[in-house]
Amino acid sequence: MKIALFATCIVDAMYPATAKATVAILERLGHEVVFPGGQACCGQMHVNSGYFKEAVPVIANHVAAFESDDYDVAVAPSGSCVASVKHQHPMIARSCGDRALEKRAAAVGAKTYELSELLVDVLGITDAGSQLGSWFPHRVTYHPSCHGMRLLRLGDRQQRLLNTVRGIDLIPLPEPDQCCGFGGTFSMKNADVSSAMLEDKAANITATGASLCSGGDASCLMHIGGGLSRQGSSIRTLHFAEILASTEQHPAQIAGEVQLLSGKAAQ
Amino acid sequence: MSQTFLGMPLLPVFGTGNLHASESFPKAAHRELGNAQLRANLGHATHTIRDKRLQVVSELPDWEQLRDAGSAIKESVMARLPELLEQFEKNFTARGGVIHWARDADEANEIVAGLIRETGETEAVKVKSMATQEIGLNEYLEEQGITALETDLAELIVQLDHDKPSHILVPAIHKNRSQVRDIFLREMPGADPALTDDPAKLAAAARTHLRRKFLTAKVAVSGANFALADSGTLAVVESEGNGRMCLTLPESLITVMGIEKLLPTWQDLEVFMQLLPRSSTGERMNPYTSLWTGVTEGDGPQNMHLVLLDNGRSAALADEMGRSALHCIRCSACMNVCPVYERTGGHAYGSTYPGPIGAILSPLMTGIQAEENNSLPYASSLCGACYDACPVKINIPDILVHLRGVDVDSKRGKKKIPTQMDAGMKAASWALSSGKRLGLLEKGLPLGRLAAGPDKKITKLPGIAAGWTQSRDIPAPPPQSFRTWWAKEHRGPDADGGPMPSHNKGDQP
Amino acid sequence: MSARDEILGRVRAALKDSPQVPQVPRGYRATSGLDEKALIELLVDRLVDYKAQVAVVDAAEVPTRIAALLVGAQSYVVPAGLDSGWLAGVEYEPADGRRHLDSAATPLTVAELDGIDAVVTGSAVAVAETGTIILDGSPSQGRRAISLVPDHHICVVKATDIAGILPEALRRIDGTRPLTMISGPSATSDIELERVEGVHGPRKLDVIIAR
Ligand code: SF4
Repeated sequence: MKIALFATCIVDAMYPATAKATVAILERLGHEVVFPGGQACCGQMHVNSGYFKEAVPVIANHVAAFESDDYDVAVAPSGSCVASVKHQHPMIARSCGDRALEKRAAAVGAKTYELSELLVDVLGITDAGSQLGSWFPHRVTYHPSCHGMRLLRLGDRQQRLLNTVRGIDLIPLPEPDQCCGFGGTFSMKNADVSSAMLEDKAANITATGASLCSGGDASCLMHIGGGLSRQGSSIRTLHFAEILASTEQHPAQIAGEVQLLSGKAAQ
Repeated sequence: MSQTFLGMPLLPVFGTGNLHASESFPKAAHRELGNAQLRANLGHATHTIRDKRLQVVSELPDWEQLRDAGSAIKESVMARLPELLEQFEKNFTARGGVIHWARDADEANEIVAGLIRETGETEAVKVKSMATQEIGLNEYLEEQGITALETDLAELIVQLDHDKPSHILVPAIHKNRSQVRDIFLREMPGADPALTDDPAKLAAAARTHLRRKFLTAKVAVSGANFALADSGTLAVVESEGNGRMCLTLPESLITVMGIEKLLPTWQDLEVFMQLLPRSSTGERMNPYTSLWTGVTEGDGPQNMHLVLLDNGRSAALADEMGRSALHCIRCSACMNVCPVYERTGGHAYGSTYPGPIGAILSPLMTGIQAEENNSLPYASSLCGACYDACPVKINIPDILVHLRGVDVDSKRGKKKIPTQMDAGMKAASWALSSGKRLGLLEKGLPLGRLAAGPDKKITKLPGIAAGWTQSRDIPAPPPQSFRTWWAKEHRGPDADGGPMPSHNKGDQP
Repeated sequence: MSARDEILGRVRAALKDSPQVPQVPRGYRATSGLDEKALIELLVDRLVDYKAQVAVVDAAEVPTRIAALLVGAQSYVVPAGLDSGWLAGVEYEPADGRRHLDSAATPLTVAELDGIDAVVTGSAVAVAETGTIILDGSPSQGRRAISLVPDHHICVVKATDIAGILPEALRRIDGTRPLTMISGPSATSDIELERVEGVHGPRKLDVIIAR
């Protein structure tokens, strides 16, 4: 299958390892990955902040970059950006009176998948350890981001994939469905409330005793990781794609010092 | 009162009364967040009710079908509102009721005060009602020398404490049991000094306090949960029996109800009476529901009045994207699950309607430019928990975003100097609408690395971004973007991520 | 222009985009499919959960049961239309003023009702799934005030009047009658959202289910 990668702007600029991991997983499965060079951003920061007019060129750019027939499906390692592509793009195009863009956006949205959705529903991955060779001997907890959970209804796809990684010790997170408080510009406009939400999320993560918190959205992970870092915590955040891509030969690169789980490390 | 032009109302005509945030949400939230007791009380109460709601909702195999039906019924009510209002009016009047129409809060208050005055009474008992809260009826009546006595336990607590409600279902949700006891001891004449903070004892104290009032009241004021157009029937859903007391014992009953509360037929009630109790108190059914159709000879009040209130509802209806906010049945599920409400409480929203629904309903009813109401649609991380919980499937996150757009557009061209946010969004639109431009900017990533310094994190940013760094670091950017890596270094399957580790193909650990 | 015409005008103008009237999907359950035994069991379970007291008896035992429940009551009220057989077990001495009859034609005052300990009524229909009993003001149930003011409500539900779920029950009654839906004794969740039973309505609810 020919798969177009939508890296998303935050991953492209701040977390390239997540996109590389996505590529690695898909290529390992024998698929061809292409990277449409015109891509930039899904525009949800603009939309969610009420700047619809400013969002339109961003959306139009995404649609133009991805409307080629040259690939079978598009994939992004982000529930939030995929939800934006699927739901917001046609809606904003319509509300700005551009019916043609609305139609084109809907067509792009229809073939765009979030990574776990593609892996589980389309590529039939049920066991990351055996089918992807995933190996990650760490104690990990997992935060399901709101947009993946509620807008895309990803259910436990990401968690199920993580659970089947060899060597992993996946610890359930208390109150997993509670928002981390990111919400794009919400984290700045309502910084106090956002911080209060983050505080509780960080406390729940810390209570698990995990050394890493995984998830499916780089933005939420940046938010959570930024909060943990500010508190002086040694807990890091890591996108689930990087955990799936991690193997004995190519273990995931983790910033800072993270203890390997003793005993489970060697195969 | 609104202006008219050639007989046609100028639209939209916004609502007045207790629908405004008088200070911006972030400012109010900052203050409320500082109240540790409030946060503990709210955290406890919202978590209790969340669990109860999930439990009773999961019992129903057809919950989603009920939500679909509820949503469609409400949508059809909005589409057919003029016709249904006229039908209801005809039926209610035919059964001996009297209908009054109120354009706004002031008009509704005057009508109610006039009706009470006509009875010769100076005291009225009240059943908890959001509509009368919204129009500030109690305060208005007090100015007119009429005492309105709240009889719902939580309303009574709030009234005795000279406080404001902070939740639409449990107005005193911000108080815990020992605070309630203290209020009773302080404000309730004849309260037993040995009163404990056992909720059952507190409820008993309220019973004693109100009993005499119920038995002697001549006039009652109520709201209504539902009104059935095809029969002229009104419904009040409650728990304590204070509703039944008010709706049954007095000679006169004055009900104040928003025009959006209609349901087309009796059959529709079977949907809403399944949705509402489970969503609000997390019970299979609330203890008491009263339904009455006009006057019944020899049973209940013989003077029956209904005030139909617009007060900005028609303005909300005129907003195609926002009108479904009027589907709300005031169950409070959205605020009970909201992570923002849970931490700030209801007072931070200013309006009678707090939480996610308040954040859309208030600005829809008052217009986005009223006082600080334009800060309300931003009081959400857009996590979507409200939409999932809403029994009538109001897409609150989408309406929040829509209203943010209305807010931004309402300011375009009006400001001489663009705000930092305006300028940032404009620049970001330019940068993010082209892969080339973004790629070019990403060439600057190493600069950010430099700024981050040796500990590889950024801890202080200026301007609006300071909100971020007040509690979070930003990691140092990577040395190169993915885009650059892809162009320069990606060499395909066998190099970058590695193929399937050979030892692992086929043989299982 | 009258407020009425102005509001209706505003509403019409607000709908100038002529929104579609959707078809209402009624895919929810219309019946429970439970038999009488299961209905009784479910109703009992729900009522007990609300802290009501429940007895399931054969129709012939209703009078004895009512008499037993009234033992401590100094006085009680019944609607004039109550099945007089139900009171056959209660010792009746017209002169002692213990029994009060109420009807729309000869209503007791609120103050009189306040002095009465208990009330015995029938019921129109019950909903097993939600533990709800519906009174519709017909002769066996009487005026709404009598089942409200006395602190102890004894309510007889005929097994044949039990519906499985709410839609079934509502289909059996006339919505324009004065209706009271009762699910357990009065209660409140207003303090810390925890339910406690017993506020302004009857604090004690006894349900007799008659097979
Ligand atoms: S918006 Fe929905 S969830 Fe919120 S109070 Fe209204 S009906 Fe309930």
